[in-house]
Amino acid sequence: MTIAENRPLPVAEALDEDEARRARARRVEGIAKWALPVVMMVLAIAGWAWVVAANDIPHYILPGPGRVWTSLVEDWGMLLDAAYLTGWITLLALLLAVVGGAGLAILFNQSKMLELSFYPYAVILQVTPVVSIAPLIFIYVDSKIAGMLLCAWIVAFFPVLSSTTLGLNSVDHNLRDLFRIYGASRWQKLRYLQLPSALPYFLGGLKIAGGLSLIGAVVAELVAGTGGIGSGLAFRIQEAGYRLNIARMFAALSLVAAMGVFIFAALSIFSHLLLRKWHESALKREG
Amino acid sequence: MSALRRPTLPLGERPPLLQMQAVDKVFGGTVVALKDMNLVVNQGDFISLLGPSGCGKSTALRIISDLLHPTRGKVIWEGDHGIGDLGVVFQEPTLMPWATVAQNVWLPYRLRGKTYNTVKDEVLEALRLVGLENFLNAYPRELSGGMKMRVSIARAMVTNPRLILMDEPFAALDEITRHKLNNDLLRLKDKIGCTVIFVTHSVFESVFLSDRIVVMAARPGRVLQELRVDAPYPRGEEFRTSAEYAAHTRAASGALKEAMGELA
Repeated sequence: MTIAENRPLPVAEALDEDEARRARARRVEGIAKWALPVVMMVLAIAGWAWVVAANDIPHYILPGPGRVWTSLVEDWGMLLDAAYLTGWITLLALLLAVVGGAGLAILFNQSKMLELSFYPYAVILQVTPVVSIAPLIFIYVDSKIAGMLLCAWIVAFFPVLSSTTLGLNSVDHNLRDLFRIYGASRWQKLRYLQLPSALPYFLGGLKIAGGLSLIGAVVAELVAGTGGIGSGLAFRIQEAGYRLNIARMFAALSLVAAMGVFIFAALSIFSHLLLRKWHESALKREG
Repeated sequence: MSALRRPTLPLGERPPLLQMQAVDKVFGGTVVALKDMNLVVNQGDFISLLGPSGCGKSTALRIISDLLHPTRGKVIWEGDHGIGDLGVVFQEPTLMPWATVAQNVWLPYRLRGKTYNTVKDEVLEALRLVGLENFLNAYPRELSGGMKMRVSIARAMVTNPRLILMDEPFAALDEITRHKLNNDLLRLKDKIGCTVIFVTHSVFESVFLSDRIVVMAARPGRVLQELRVDAPYPRGEEFRTSAEYAAHTRAASGALKEAMGELA
């Protein structure tokens, strides 16, 4: 059975059996893409509520979803302030990671000596867990904000550095020859050839760095233990834990997760907008 | 570029453009890619370098374009030689995928510091010559293989260079497209009167296109002999089916067989 047999099509004789099947699959997938995650979430929340009610679990062990929602509404002002701080640290760290990572990649690309001198240290900085560096940072850096930024930056800059470096070195060798034949200067080669070639790689690194800068910010907050005004979401989670206010822990956690999803979505859209006209990753193919 | 058609004189009357004198190229101290290559390229020549793989055809092109330096010998240009004297077409179209067709063709000028508006006419004219004037704002991915190659040719011609180097430009295309691009290339050469060195594996292509065929052999890469195809331009389908074409093809095939035989 095909759609074509059942109802008239907008364009006569446009769809054969294959096309119709493909169109139907596309439509189903389009709906499922949104509907399935929503259904799964509703089921999970319902299951959660049922487990809590059926086993009579006390709220200081596991609060039900209703209680978490109430906490989210009641503590909204405080959580929003906390989210604001964490968000700012994350964004600034990401910005610094982009500037630092891409800048270093360009410097390394321009000077082999610089790369040989510093790249191993960039790797060491990356592979040493930030949780173990953070306490040291807060000993030597007075400003907690600056310390948190530094922590988040250390985690986030490396993917930008390594993927941009890879991109700058992945230029089509014929195009490289062409630029040499046409007498391109070092700057022209960078501007017109290497940077556009590296863009898709850079954007890949950026997406990873977005998530990592949030992780870095959260870890830094936990280590810094900022109190009073200027406390971020991670600190609120920790504080609520001490008070056995588990509902607020969940509420703050959901905001951290939402922030992560938002960053990922925003960077994906940004990446798509930059690449949609020419890059293979943004192309749709038939069949 | 449109105004600057260079007249093509008959073979034997053409002034020299460049000479390769006793050029050797040795890689890594042991691999002799090119041995004692002598070649005089005259203005208006269409030279095919024909030979089996590994005979140094591409190495010769890379030496002429200054991408490689000869181990011994030298390349001498007549008169002042500078950037813009050369246009290059590779086996792949080698277009920048992030740039439009017009931006790709603009590249040789852009690298010489010229803004698009000052050379817009030249870019348009080059694209008109290859029949792509309606695709200025298309991206390479929107074009077929043959169209991409045309853009590449337009880019090589846009500055009206003294010499165009083509390194097996049509080898990756299907037979029909290749046929058509061969015809178009000759039409273009007739219009702008450029000098071309064309690397190919194909006897048929070399006979159809060129007036001089330099047959090369491998190990070490060297020039074996030179054949002349003195059929007048423009050449079209009637040339492809003529006895003259068949005779030249036979001669070139014989020479190539000799080159291959030495390899075996």
